[in-house]
Amino acid sequence: MKKFNQNSRYDFSIIENWTHPNSKVLDLGCGDGALLNYLKEKKDIKGFGIEKNKENWLLSLKNNIDVIQMDLESGLAGFETNSFDLVILSRTIQSMKNIEEIIHEMMRVGKEVVITFPNFGYWRNRLQILQGNMPVSEELPYKWFETPNIHLCTIQDFDNLCQKNKIKIEQRLILTDKKSVNFYPNFFGALALYKLISK
Amino acid sequence: MKENNSIGIVKPKIFKCTSPIKLSCGKTLDNYELIYETYGKLNKNKDNAVLVCHALTGNQHVAGRHKKIDKYPGWWDSLVGPGKPLNTNKFFVIGINNLGGNEGSTGPKSINPKTKKIWGADFPIITVEDWVKTQKTLINYLGIDKLSSVIGGSLGGMQALEWNIQFPYEVNNTVVIAAAPNLTAQNIAFNQVARQSIITDPDFQKGNFYASKNKPKRGLRIARMLGHITYLSNDVMGSKFGRKTKNKEYQFNFDTEFEIESYLNYQGDKFANEFDANTYIRMTKALDYYDPTKKNKKKLSEVFKKIKSKFLVISFTSDWRFSSSRSKEIVKGLLDNNINVSYAEISAESGHDAFLMSDNHYHEIIKSFFNRIFKS
Repeated sequence: MKKFNQNSRYDFSIIENWTHPNSKVLDLGCGDGALLNYLKEKKDIKGFGIEKNKENWLLSLKNNIDVIQMDLESGLAGFETNSFDLVILSRTIQSMKNIEEIIHEMMRVGKEVVITFPNFGYWRNRLQILQGNMPVSEELPYKWFETPNIHLCTIQDFDNLCQKNKIKIEQRLILTDKKSVNFYPNFFGALALYKLISK
Repeated sequence: MKENNSIGIVKPKIFKCTSPIKLSCGKTLDNYELIYETYGKLNKNKDNAVLVCHALTGNQHVAGRHKKIDKYPGWWDSLVGPGKPLNTNKFFVIGINNLGGNEGSTGPKSINPKTKKIWGADFPIITVEDWVKTQKTLINYLGIDKLSSVIGGSLGGMQALEWNIQFPYEVNNTVVIAAAPNLTAQNIAFNQVARQSIITDPDFQKGNFYASKNKPKRGLRIARMLGHITYLSNDVMGSKFGRKTKNKEYQFNFDTEFEIESYLNYQGDKFANEFDANTYIRMTKALDYYDPTKKNKKKLSEVFKKIKSKFLVISFTSDWRFSSSRSKEIVKGLLDNNINVSYAEISAESGHDAFLMSDNHYHEIIKSFFNRIFKS
């Protein structure tokens, strides 16, 4: 399950900047539908959400979202190629099993793709490891024994994965405390936001 | 049984339609009657009407009781009533016994006006498309141009879907539960066994048994038993009955030994005394025939092109007669057309019958969807 906090609003505004007005958007793991409603309000999008968790699914329904209950691990078989302008996977990829498969599916279904994730290479995480503990932070709120996050990665790791899969990074924004980080982002950046297109 | 907020005593009404209907089979009925019930009030704008479509053996009696002493309320009383998920304080709910039905709508038990005799075997096979046509006529007769919503489970879900295909401009919201765009071969096979058990019952007398004192109860009984097995899941049968026996020791005879046998016998007997054999075999045919993709050999996503309404599609994990994958076909067809659709796959162990159960999460979903409709 995704935990939303005040800071999520900030990455909403960045995703909003990357979203074309009136476009058709699919949010994978949409939680309570907050991001889709935000984009509806700001960009008048037509949005659909996918959510596996039944409590979250119900919250989305109550929040006026059109939401499909399904497990992303089984791919996006019910969705036609290029049927969405934008497919978003926000702060969820680190908890998924088949990373390459879902990225591939997103690139198939969406003309553009946005993926956001907590940067494991952030210095505070590195520091906690140096101190001998698995990191717990605002972006990684779970203790090691309860975390759903099985595939944490660094910005450098994700860049390499995109290169390996011939995925073009159209835009990349690294954030710490709501501010953009340009200096050695893999060390100073807490949250990574990527906009991808197929090469 | 605890029952809160029931609609109370309700009275079925009769709609006499004097304009003929040309049926899918090619035959024409010059006039017909439909039994229906309504719950709640139609508002001034006449935009709060919800049609509830019934399944194979259902009827117009959706909620409330006909008499105070009735043992059971209507078949969807858990869902429909004041303050219930489909809230009759907000919506005007309509239940119709389908043409050919068992509750008094024109059917095989009725008099054929041309021969002045009971229709019996001559009563035509009515299809889902025909039902929707007659439902529409009744809705218009009630002064309603456009339904706020249409909702149905199983065969009722097929009718809800068909409304959108025939009358896309006349329905705003649609709830399709435990349904499919058409039946699988396995499903048709079950129906065939049910039909054969009735047709080969000597008391069926080719469908003209009404004047005789022998009714095809054996056939109906077996058909119902088979149905019941397939509407439940292995798990729920296991947890309800398991290998429980009536007596401590085996009796080594063919009397009822296991509790599941006793349950099936009871359900079969009850049904055979209440239901019309000709109606039953025709209703199963309507299920078999329904296939909106057959006409013009179109794909589902093409068939759905004109749909305007917002959809809620629900399936149940343990339903193997109308499995989740079939509901997902409907969802895909809708998504392909950019139609507003939400889809829930509910964890339930009751099998196909889950759509009639009072699962909290299930009812919360329906309630939330109708709240959304009411607010907009």
